[in-house]
Amino acid sequence: MSILEVKNVGKRFGGLQALSDVNLSVKENSVHAIIGPNGAGKSTLLNCLVGKLIPDTGSVMFDGQSVLGRAPYEINQMGISRVFQTPEIFGDLTVLENMMIPCLAKRDGAFELNAIASVMSQRDILDKAEAMLLEMNMAEKRHMHAASLSRGDKRRLEIGMCLSQEPRLLLLDEPTAGMARADTNNTIDLLKQISDQRNITIAIIEHDMHVVFSLANRITVLAQGTPLVEDDPENIRGNPKVREAYLGETA
Amino acid sequence: MFGLDKRDTTLLLIVAGLTIFAPFLLNPFPTDSGLAQFNAGYPDLMQRFVIFGIFAIGFNILFGLTGYLSFGHAAFLGVGSYSAVWMFKLLSMNVLPAIILSVIISGLFALVIGFISLRRSGIYFSILTLAFAQMSFSLAYSVLTPITNGETGLQLTLDDPRVLGVSATADGSIPVTNLFGMEMRSTYHLIVGPWDFQFNMGYYLCALVMIAAFYLSIRIFRSPFGMMLRAVKSNQQRMNYTGLNSKPYTLAAFVISGMYAGLAGGLMASMDPLAGAERMQWTASGEVVLMTILGGAGTLIGPVLGAGFIKYFENIFSKINDNVLHGWFSFLPDGLEDFVVFIIHPFIGKGWHLTLGILFMLVVIYLPGGLVEGGQRIGNWFKGRKKSDAHQSKTNPAE
Repeated sequence: MSILEVKNVGKRFGGLQALSDVNLSVKENSVHAIIGPNGAGKSTLLNCLVGKLIPDTGSVMFDGQSVLGRAPYEINQMGISRVFQTPEIFGDLTVLENMMIPCLAKRDGAFELNAIASVMSQRDILDKAEAMLLEMNMAEKRHMHAASLSRGDKRRLEIGMCLSQEPRLLLLDEPTAGMARADTNNTIDLLKQISDQRNITIAIIEHDMHVVFSLANRITVLAQGTPLVEDDPENIRGNPKVREAYLGETA
Repeated sequence: MFGLDKRDTTLLLIVAGLTIFAPFLLNPFPTDSGLAQFNAGYPDLMQRFVIFGIFAIGFNILFGLTGYLSFGHAAFLGVGSYSAVWMFKLLSMNVLPAIILSVIISGLFALVIGFISLRRSGIYFSILTLAFAQMSFSLAYSVLTPITNGETGLQLTLDDPRVLGVSATADGSIPVTNLFGMEMRSTYHLIVGPWDFQFNMGYYLCALVMIAAFYLSIRIFRSPFGMMLRAVKSNQQRMNYTGLNSKPYTLAAFVISGMYAGLAGGLMASMDPLAGAERMQWTASGEVVLMTILGGAGTLIGPVLGAGFIKYFENIFSKINDNVLHGWFSFLPDGLEDFVVFIIHPFIGKGWHLTLGILFMLVVIYLPGGLVEGGQRIGNWFKGRKKSDAHQSKTNPAE
């Protein structure tokens, strides 16, 4: 049963055909990686899924509903959360507040004029945020300003924020870009743990083959805006077309 | 207490105490002493302190929390004043319906302007609000003369209908504003020795409204809504990808702060029932920006401090003239006295703006958090000194 169906999606920027005829099907509870060389259209595709861009042609269905033409916040409320390449968190707020905001968004929806009650009186939200901080191993940093966290902690916080919304699909855009090897391995472990323990589908865009082959159980290779092949990791590793287009000697 | 935590309750009580005892606190010098001109404890000025305090508290809900810098908030102040004066003309001289109407009308006005201006953010938003405010000013000044009475300003007359009141009093004059019969202008003088403490009805009404407005702003700051507004300032991208629609949040903040401005405008008209277009001019909008930044944007008490600071300067420093200076420096030799007066002259009287400008620059450069940050630094300095004292006394015996 596929949770995300991308059919014949095309996107053109002026003279550049960034995506053409992209078909992609992400199975529920799988970890699906999208790989490809620079300029293959990975980020454009991701932006089409979350409402930042609207494709010129084709359809994107999430759980039987079209996401096209919806604003990012509406798509998020449908159950798709996105982790950015550089962690996007609320830097001026404390770690605990960062974690409470997605909990509030989950409970109260896109807008709620809850202007009189104190934040501290929202017991359910506080408990949920604290539990998630504990799970992310950040409980002792709860009163720190999020901007002063280390890069790895910011990434953990962002992933935790996305998880606390209980999304059905988690999109990750190069989650280990610019990380040291140790941080990368920690992130891999965290993501493995998430996909094992939760009822969640993960779609990941990644450059680092180590990360891709450690996590993914399905891989789509994009090249020049169109999918080259979609297969299991073992077959991708051995596929000569993929080697030629992208993996080169490193695989 | 009042649903606030300990620190916020303390802050609220301090503000309440300061406003209630303001007639004493602002009148420290005996009336016949040379320093009496530094007294600010007369009704007219005290009313202005708290009214502009309300204006700045409301502005801070928008600017301090969401970071959207509106340059047109004086328009809401003006709309509030016009609404209140019309209420005095048509309904009665009771200030309550007038203030309620000013809050409602300015709220609606803010809804329209906010809806359009909030399509953009950053500098474009500021320019849009500035443009709207200047349009409102021009309309009030000329085109809408039937409603605003143009450059003369809207005033009460003897043939106003005042359905629930009287058009003119028994002795043929215009009735005065009141709250269920308590006249706004009535003042009780408490004369203690050389001191003259003035307790004005209108001031206490404004003060109570300001305490309520301050309390409401604390609740908003500490609420989930307030947290969302800070999230808007911090990272709108993350907000949109967290399933939150930032637009209604900013619009709600804009309307709330517009209603605060309308409340201030309505109170202004209740103290002195006339409304002029100049109240909506961009300089007035700029003034509330200055107040908020000078006091400390995004802090609870900052805007109130900033408002008090600027209004004090405006009213006290602008009244110092060369004669007063010659009086102060008369102990110096003649030539030197003239020289000192000559040096200080540009900074006083009509030059008070220069002094204010220099102070504003110093605050922005050295205390980006405003007067509140200054207070905190002094507080920390004292704490640090106490700690090092304690430390020393502990180590001393060991030596």
